[in-house]
Amino acid sequence: MSEYNFAYLDEDTKRMIRRAILKGIAVPGYQVPFASREMPMPYGWGTGGVQVTAATLVPEDVLKVIDQGADDTTNAVSIRKFFQRTAGIATTERTTEATVIQTRHRIPETPLNEDQILVYQVPIPEPMRFLEPRETETRRIHALADYGLMQVRLYEDIARHGEIATSYAYPVEVAGRYVMDPSPIPKFDNPKLDDCPAIQLFGAGREQRIYALPPYTRVRSLDFDDYPFSASKADHACAICGSATSYLDEVITDDAGGRMYVCSDTDYCARRAEGGA
Amino acid sequence: MAMSAAALEMQDVPGPLLSVRNVGKRYGARIGCSDVSFDLWPGEVLGVVGESGSGKSTLLSCLSGQLRPDEGEVIFDTRDQGPRDTLLMSEPERRRLGRTDWAFVHQNPRDGLRLGVSAGGNVGERLMANGARHYGRIRATAQDWLTRVEIDPSRVDDRPRQFSGGMQQRLQIARNLVSGPRLAFMDEPTGGLDVSVQARLLDLLRGLVRDIGLSVVLVTHDLAVVRLLADRLMVMKDGRVIESGLTDQVLDDPQHAYTQLLVSSVLQV
Repeated sequence: MSEYNFAYLDEDTKRMIRRAILKGIAVPGYQVPFASREMPMPYGWGTGGVQVTAATLVPEDVLKVIDQGADDTTNAVSIRKFFQRTAGIATTERTTEATVIQTRHRIPETPLNEDQILVYQVPIPEPMRFLEPRETETRRIHALADYGLMQVRLYEDIARHGEIATSYAYPVEVAGRYVMDPSPIPKFDNPKLDDCPAIQLFGAGREQRIYALPPYTRVRSLDFDDYPFSASKADHACAICGSATSYLDEVITDDAGGRMYVCSDTDYCARRAEGGA
Repeated sequence: MAMSAAALEMQDVPGPLLSVRNVGKRYGARIGCSDVSFDLWPGEVLGVVGESGSGKSTLLSCLSGQLRPDEGEVIFDTRDQGPRDTLLMSEPERRRLGRTDWAFVHQNPRDGLRLGVSAGGNVGERLMANGARHYGRIRATAQDWLTRVEIDPSRVDDRPRQFSGGMQQRLQIARNLVSGPRLAFMDEPTGGLDVSVQARLLDLLRGLVRDIGLSVVLVTHDLAVVRLLADRLMVMKDGRVIESGLTDQVLDDPQHAYTQLLVSSVLQV
């Protein structure tokens, strides 16, 4: 088999994707259509994120890939290997060393900086998909910023559950204009979207959409005056590093109801444990 | 009419709420409606009757901005800018009008409600679209409106799917009137309901129209409904208005042959 082009995709495709990314950055929160390619992995495994990463990478980049915060899960490992093989770039598990981070469903606990790009894998880019099935209508809603319907979704949550029960993919308003689905990150991570120094790119492969948050963009989670947004997490400390402020996974340890809570961000947890916390 | 004209002068109303001039819509070679003109004054209910295919629904769609007429003007007296041709408005402006000053009641409540959303959410949608962000107040307003349309406010969290046909229709009316519109378009609001439910709905509509001074363009083929609700009547046939006047006058002394046929076709029980 002949050599892969750098980062798998051909240069014309990368150019097309970069155009979509630039447009997305110019219009924060707007879903830019792009000609999503077949990737050597199934839809739902991050084909959108992989294409955005491929179009973003340069040979000097250091790539980190996380899946639910972890560097060592199947999705993260296979995407990291994919780029090691097709781009020959350096990879890392350390958030601080990485220049490009592809993520599924988390934002790293360690604050990002201006030299980094965070690439999200997005299954459903349209925040109103389950309220309004017609794409023609949702596009019109976005175009006219006619977002009453979005608020209805949160109203229904409170009416049914007594609080806003949406705990992930919590809708946000970007720069006072577009309402955006932040991908299925826990709402605990929503405040990290706001005023973030890094570039945040969102790729949805199956849905063929790219959208973006330029650095230091104002991102506000939707809420009601009397039911304000709150970033929630399990009310425990990490069993490994003891952090009381990081997002936790619940791990079932036996059949007798035993469980432990550990950081979902493995790199953050390991650094803290090493540091002798 | 002399009475109501005097009453209008006392309220110091400068002009009609809605002025329709020569509105026409063609579907290819066929005429949807043609050369329709009328004025609708604040607080007035205008009935539009005619058989199926007479163009009354097309007319209603043209007036309410759902369909673009090929010709004519639809001038609405807006709150902030005075009379404006709604056909020349930008789409955001028209939509804003559609969720504030206008109401549209569909014949089938399924078209006008979100069936997967609770009654409270349905009523509250307009409020939220207009910027309301206080859950408690939105919910209180929704419950108040449920009461006004004779739905038990304890059902505020039930989905419309669990409501009877008459209740769904009343919910649709509440959902539309919650923003305090001045003009309502109604397309056969009592269609498909049995007569006792119809009677209650008509009673309710009559009360609401009087209480909030709503102007209504009411499309129906049911002459009894217009007799009860409408101040004035337009009779349409083949896309044209063939007769118009005070409701009682048109129904009691129809001039046009078709209107005579229409009136005499009503079954007497």
